[in-house]
Amino acid sequence: MATLRVGIAEAGVVRAPGTITTLGLGSCVGVTLYDEKKGMGGMVHVMLPFTELARGGDFNRSKFADSAIPDLMKKMVSLGADQRRLKAKLAGGAQMFSLGGTGDSLLKIGLRNVEACRKALLELNIPILAEDTGGSRGRTVELFTETGLLEVRAIGKEKRFI
Amino acid sequence: MSREEPQGRSGSLVPRAHLSLLRQIGRLGAENAALSLSFLLGRKGELKISQVLPLHFNEITEYLGGAEERVVTVFARFEGNISGNMLYVLHEEDARGIIASLSDDGGEGEFSEMELSLMQEVGNILIGSYITALSDFLALELKSSVPALAVDMAGAILSFSLSEIGRSGDTAIVMSGGLSIEGKGASGHLFLLPDPQSLEKIFEIMGFPANGNS
Repeated sequence: MATLRVGIAEAGVVRAPGTITTLGLGSCVGVTLYDEKKGMGGMVHVMLPFTELARGGDFNRSKFADSAIPDLMKKMVSLGADQRRLKAKLAGGAQMFSLGGTGDSLLKIGLRNVEACRKALLELNIPILAEDTGGSRGRTVELFTETGLLEVRAIGKEKRFI
Repeated sequence: MSREEPQGRSGSLVPRAHLSLLRQIGRLGAENAALSLSFLLGRKGELKISQVLPLHFNEITEYLGGAEERVVTVFARFEGNISGNMLYVLHEEDARGIIASLSDDGGEGEFSEMELSLMQEVGNILIGSYITALSDFLALELKSSVPALAVDMAGAILSFSLSEIGRSGDTAIVMSGGLSIEGKGASGHLFLLPDPQSLEKIFEIMGFPANGNS
């Protein structure tokens, strides 16, 4: 069974029985889209909430929630998925450090990422079936295309499926 | 999935002379931190390896032995004329080595509150020394936040630390220094991750032309 590994600000799509994974999500969010009938799963490792935060000319669209999620959806549709069947799951968006008072907007980037992912999915009418977001722990996630289950692992915690 | 070459747009196409300048600054900062570590532990602390490299984000998270490698990290944000993030990152066993030199603790299992606050204090001192050397050399006023500690996956910690840099590209100039203690071995890595605009500021201050081929 092949496993596709997605890095920071990267996206990928796999078909059953493949799995797709991303390691060490901190404030980043792993967003998965799944078409059960096609056994197709997609994942993107979102690092920042909105493309308006990008500095300079062209940017990596897989980095920002508001471009990465629509792009992943389009990619899956172009590969034969049905937009109306897609279901989403989210994991990540932790606050890795707390620095009493200062640097708040930087530290809360995880929360902002999660909110931006929810917003992008809402705009695309893609329901969110499950989430494991927030908190202060890093996460590794893996989507199983045969079941649509998302495995979430964190240090010091039992692994769980959502 | 193809991975981009480590030469995205921002801050990565830095001329060689500019990188040499950063190496000099990085070495200065890390040597000062090593000196503080010596005072702290009463043994000779050394800067084992000092590097300045433009790295793609995914290479950075692999730097410490993989994105899932469990590390002890002290993080601080510094602001002022230049800004960026500074980290002191240790593999667990190296953190235990330092704890053992400073107290009767340093056993197996989870870190105790005492051990964690000890590590936070060590990180505080080392980061402070590094930033002081940096600000002296550049004749700039730099203010560091109170450092915070986390024990977690290297990938999660480093990717968070890159979020500000991520606004400008997919690569970062990573200034790293590996410390060691005589008779104790490895004692963690210091990482300085300057914000891209701050790199330009450093070059400007030191009289290096912005896109120069010097």
